Amino acid sequence: MLRMAQKNFGPFLLNVKTKKKDLNMSQSINFDPIRLPPEAEELRLEVRKFLAEEIANGSFDPSSTILKSGFDREFSKRVGKRGWIGMTWPKKYGGHERSFLERYVVTEEFRSQNAPVTSHFTADRQSGPVLLKYAQEHIKLDILPRITAGDCCFCIGLSEPNSGSDLFAASTKATPTNGGHLINGTKLWTSNAHQADYMIGLFRTSPPTKENRRHGLTQFLVDLKQPNITINPVRNMAGKHDFNEVVFDDLFIPEDHLLGEIDLAWKQATSELAYERSGPERFLETYYMLPELVRVLGKEPDIRAKEGVGRLVAQLHTLRRMSVSVNGMLQAGKEPVLEGSIVKDVGTIWEQALPSKARELASFIDDEPGNRTNFDELLQFSTNIAPKLTIQGGTTEVLRGIIARGLGLR
Amino acid sequence: MSDDNLLIDATTKIFEDLCDPQNINAAKDDSWKQLLWKALEESGLTSAWVPEKFGGAGANISDGFRIIEVAGKFAVPIALPETLLGGWLLSKAHINIPKGILAVVPTRPRDKLTINSNGTLSGQARGVPFASEADHIVAVLEDTGSTKVALAARNTCEIKPSSGLSGDPRDTVLFDNADAISVRELEGDLSYRSVQLMGATIRSVQIGGALMAILELATEHAKTRVAFEKPIAKFQAVQHNLARLANETAAAVAVASSAADTMSNSSNNDEAIFFEASSAKIRTGEAVGEGTAIAHQVFGAIGFTEEHILHRFTQRLWDWRDDFGNESEWAVELGELIAKNGPEELWPLLTKR
Repeated sequence: MLRMAQKNFGPFLLNVKTKKKDLNMSQSINFDPIRLPPEAEELRLEVRKFLAEEIANGSFDPSSTILKSGFDREFSKRVGKRGWIGMTWPKKYGGHERSFLERYVVTEEFRSQNAPVTSHFTADRQSGPVLLKYAQEHIKLDILPRITAGDCCFCIGLSEPNSGSDLFAASTKATPTNGGHLINGTKLWTSNAHQADYMIGLFRTSPPTKENRRHGLTQFLVDLKQPNITINPVRNMAGKHDFNEVVFDDLFIPEDHLLGEIDLAWKQATSELAYERSGPERFLETYYMLPELVRVLGKEPDIRAKEGVGRLVAQLHTLRRMSVSVNGMLQAGKEPVLEGSIVKDVGTIWEQALPSKARELASFIDDEPGNRTNFDELLQFSTNIAPKLTIQGGTTEVLRGIIARGLGLR
Repeated sequence: MSDDNLLIDATTKIFEDLCDPQNINAAKDDSWKQLLWKALEESGLTSAWVPEKFGGAGANISDGFRIIEVAGKFAVPIALPETLLGGWLLSKAHINIPKGILAVVPTRPRDKLTINSNGTLSGQARGVPFASEADHIVAVLEDTGSTKVALAARNTCEIKPSSGLSGDPRDTVLFDNADAISVRELEGDLSYRSVQLMGATIRSVQIGGALMAILELATEHAKTRVAFEKPIAKFQAVQHNLARLANETAAAVAVASSAADTMSNSSNNDEAIFFEASSAKIRTGEAVGEGTAIAHQVFGAIGFTEEHILHRFTQRLWDWRDDFGNESEWAVELGELIAKNGPEELWPLLTKR
């Protein structure tokens, strides 16, 4: 051990203890070099084997799933059977009480192979944890085991025609009525509403107050399979049906579907953000372009392409280390909201830029017939969807506001 | 308080007392350097990576990186990381460490030194940090399939003085049949490349530390500097710039500490070491470009003066990204490996750890 720790530094150390830390603010940004534990690495091999079998059975084709909807409830059920949905939840509700780092491995392996996870992913990542925290016991016992079985799809009802990034401007109303609430209004850009069983919606129960404009919104669990709800498709510019407009016309929601406290949804939202923003799905949405680029470049690319690929891989490695680190903090019971926002900001900008970088780096490859076909198809698609990456789940601007607050600037 | 914090706090205390950026920026001469070096040497910090049997303090690798990160936070302008690396190399070649400052050559990937049949050294190394301030030069050489370490007194080689952007020495070192005090083979499977990767990791960790410092400086400045009748921190454009600086700092710190952790816990010739250390040097180098530009933007004209301490950090950050391979050099090597491995091996490489 160092001499200083033994003798020379004795008197120094006493002084240091009483002194205010010099760089106290920068300590609030913390990315410990966390490694995945052995059980997570064992799990990785199981997941790879499962995915290889699924691909071999024709359940999905990793080179083309992204061009399709990614929604496959039968696939989700098989995933549920393996115990890979709701992995961190209590066993009592169908969960498996495994670690966030194990869940991390499952998520990143599925993403890297473009596995069709749409049917269960929202519930697994976000809606389930909200229910665990705020739903009544009989609701939890009813719904959570269906989620973990891969047989229950959720969507999130936040945005409205006049309320996007500014969530607290939501105006869809929940009016008290006998035994519950009546919902009237419209949610917009609701991904997968047309295929979902439930929505967790944010509705207005009171006007905002002068002191707190975030006051007056309440979270509810909405069963989508009933009348008084109209779901209209909104096709996106890549030609896919993902978004929807969801119109509520005197929809009745029973009292026990209330999640948390009336008017206080703003207090409930923040702690989930670290989960939502720090996962590998926040930088892997266009990952398929990278191995495809490596494939078309061949074994001996020119120096320009080598450098470009080297930089992209170094950047991706960095993102992954940041993301694993945040998940390690979650596992340790911390709430790394700032770090989670940083991962999403850097990650989404990276995945957004990846298609255009791949396009540039592939400029000088030999156009042998057929070699580029798949690359070009994926490039078209990823270029088309790239704009949404820095919008969905919190825009770049919103994230930077959160980071600035973390730095003490606001 | 854990031992980790004791080490960090004690190192911090030395730099606060003897190497405060404000004080040394205003210092009329270099007399602070001797005091600082004496304190570091007496505390054992300069020989942290040398086992006790070779005359060092015998700390582990990760402790050494903690010291280096703190040195980065203070933009320490003396050869502490160089001496740590030199000591590490000497001990890995079973050569006793001399007292005093060490400089390591080469620090540029394309500079090569050779050992002559009579045991003397020849060749040239450019841009060597602190060579003119060193008592001894530690040279790494590839010789008939093995990697050797040579210890030479500084006065046996010719030093052509030069300086980097920061004004710190970055000299050309010429060996012309120079006598070595000792030449020994590196132990185990350590190679020429593993030395470069160790150097790259050291610089990455320093960069992470210095970026933390400029993030702190720029944030504090934005909170207190008033323009258009309010602190500039209240302007969204400034907030978003500082958020980007935080992003770059976070990325640099994360990738550098991951590489340092890998150096501390992996066997020497592991592909993981190459992957982690080259990635760290690439990504921290990129963060330097983005991060220093933002910090200067926030400070405006004030930060462009000699009087302000910002340049003590930004100029050294620019210097450090050129040592032990810059972003482009490592990116080409990493890209070459990825291409050679083929697309199926990319994901397994990324997820190996």
